[in-house]
Amino acid sequence: MTSTFEQVQAIASDIFGVPAGKISADSSPETVENWDSMQHLNLVLAIEEKFGVQLAPEDIEQMKTIGAAATLVEKRLQSPAR
Amino acid sequence: MPAEHSPANLRAEIDRLIAEGAYDPAARRLAELWRRDPGSAVASFVTTRVDQFRHQLQLAKFKLAILRSFTVEPIVPLLRADAFAYGIDLEVHVGDFSTYVQDIVDANSSLYRFAPDAVILAVRTEEAAPDLARDFADLAPDAAQQASDRVTRSFEQSISGFRQHSQAALIVHSLGRPGHPSLGVVDSQSEGGQSGLVRKINADLRRFAAGERGVYVLDYDALVSRYGSQRWHDERKWLMARLPIAADHLLHMAREWMRFLVPLTGRTAKALVVDLDNTLWGGVIGEDGMTGIKVGPEYPGAAYQALHRALLDLSRRGILLAICSKNNLDDAMEALEKHPGMLVRPRHFAALRINWTDKAQNLREIARELNISVDALAFLDDNSFERAQVRSILPEVTVIDLPQNPLEYAVAVRDCPVFERLALSAEDQRRTSMYAEQRQRAGAEQNFQSKEDFFRYLEQEAELEAVTELTRARVAQLTQKTNQFNLTTRRYTEQQIAEMAARRDWHVFSIRVKDRFGDHGLVGVAIAHDEGEQCEVETFLLSCRVIGRTVETALLAHIAKSAAERGCKRLVGWFLPTKKNAPARDFYEQHGFQRQENNGSGSLWALDLNNSPLRSPDWIKLGVHDGGKN
Repeated sequence: MTSTFEQVQAIASDIFGVPAGKISADSSPETVENWDSMQHLNLVLAIEEKFGVQLAPEDIEQMKTIGAAATLVEKRLQSPAR
Repeated sequence: MPAEHSPANLRAEIDRLIAEGAYDPAARRLAELWRRDPGSAVASFVTTRVDQFRHQLQLAKFKLAILRSFTVEPIVPLLRADAFAYGIDLEVHVGDFSTYVQDIVDANSSLYRFAPDAVILAVRTEEAAPDLARDFADLAPDAAQQASDRVTRSFEQSISGFRQHSQAALIVHSLGRPGHPSLGVVDSQSEGGQSGLVRKINADLRRFAAGERGVYVLDYDALVSRYGSQRWHDERKWLMARLPIAADHLLHMAREWMRFLVPLTGRTAKALVVDLDNTLWGGVIGEDGMTGIKVGPEYPGAAYQALHRALLDLSRRGILLAICSKNNLDDAMEALEKHPGMLVRPRHFAALRINWTDKAQNLREIARELNISVDALAFLDDNSFERAQVRSILPEVTVIDLPQNPLEYAVAVRDCPVFERLALSAEDQRRTSMYAEQRQRAGAEQNFQSKEDFFRYLEQEAELEAVTELTRARVAQLTQKTNQFNLTTRRYTEQQIAEMAARRDWHVFSIRVKDRFGDHGLVGVAIAHDEGEQCEVETFLLSCRVIGRTVETALLAHIAKSAAERGCKRLVGWFLPTKKNAPARDFYEQHGFQRQENNGSGSLWALDLNNSPLRSPDWIKLGVHDGGKN
């Protein structure tokens, strides 16, 4: 079973066009070249679609690293955003 | 799943193939990845890779502009990836938010500079008709009516304005109705309510679009309700990013657009070839027998009946159906002909291959029999091994991935964009039955000892008619496209046909044929003109569907008889050989004509009308409407 982090990492690799091995928990808009606001939206949409969750606007703002994204996904799998 | 096919390894393999310049295998792997996991992440992967080598591939290039009132950017990669899987290299231009009115009226706008092949106008009710959508409760009834008329006029102006500057196809989203009308249940008690007025705008839009060339309406409400309005919409994303559609449904929006783009690029299928066991019925006929297979109005057989209905709908659109099944012919035919649960019968299928030959070979033969190319075939089979084999041997065939659950089969077929048509002709709607009738004729012919017995059994009826305004277009079309049974292969336009028909000494006939199996329609043309005591056959042709059934003799006999009645003594005609008209070579000789001369381009034949044995066969019932001239 692949972990949530690994799945988010794979999604980010597709969205940003960066090999999964080069994406770590600390990867952020500062370290990933293609991570602009449009790609941020694409990342959110791909995560929502893949995990079947809805992220709250606050979640989307807090999603500043790949590690944070994986943590938020786990949180929303437990308690859906209202 | 074998290790080398895990998604991560598949991605690595694709990048390796691209680096090696192995573009075709790379494209096939990309399509496989997309089929397996269509969504936003894979769409990004696929489109960035395709952009590295799309010019090296044989793809249909297509330029699409999207004019919109909401965020569509995240849908674009999904659309481009799906288009790629159907062999389309799609370039997309997205207009600015809600500037579509200016974009359309300004001949120098970025829209027209992009030179699109098609344009989508995707505007929501909230932006197209803000007063109707948001402030309806404030509107007096006549003000609401005026607001709705204003929206209709604005659509009409946009469409006509667009046509002044561009010949591209235009796809217009109809307006969505409110999920919660402002007056609650009262709203649906009159046509003047919020929903009623939106419905009226949509009806007017449809009527206006139908009167314009190449303008099509996308039924946005039908799309949203297919997936459920509550799930489709995402208010948070609308407020945050002006994206009104939930993440799960962006692909569905893209695929609805594909239903228009696939027919616009000509990537459609002309025939669907279906398997039998566990596809048209549940179970295996050779093992479970007539009483064991599942097909009927109850669960689980109802799933297969739903698929039958989807197939019948395709057939009414002019898509041919065919069967390719590994089975004993007798077992399968018994079920097809006699099982009470079957809604599709042998007559619905234009070709049958029920044998133990491999499916790729059968598909090639079916394409040949139906006289269409292999890339015009789609293939439906529950067996993933058969699908994979067809994909690898005949990559040009559209292979439909059937879901595991038979209850989802019908929707899988209905969702496939290769079966979409943007308009239907009368001939489209009868095409499958014409092919099936042809097969029944061929089958019946084998049961008769003599040709004459078969001809009597056919009960052919021929209607001979002088060309009229109603038949002129079809007559001209036949002169332009008939190659095989055509004695002179002279091509005429509709205008030329009209001019000939208007002259007193020229005679343009058409012939319609039907028989006990069905109606062939207007299938033959003869043109003759008198010169003194001689009548010359200018043109004599028949569609290959009816040749060899003595209709040609009836048509020739009629020309001879009417010429004799006008006082002609001789009937003459040229045979001008081409690469394709060998079937007509011996026609005059077989009908008692004498060869007069041979020049470099053909041979001239003549028949003495005073002394001719030429008669219409008595097994053809002949009706003549000569318009009083002949």
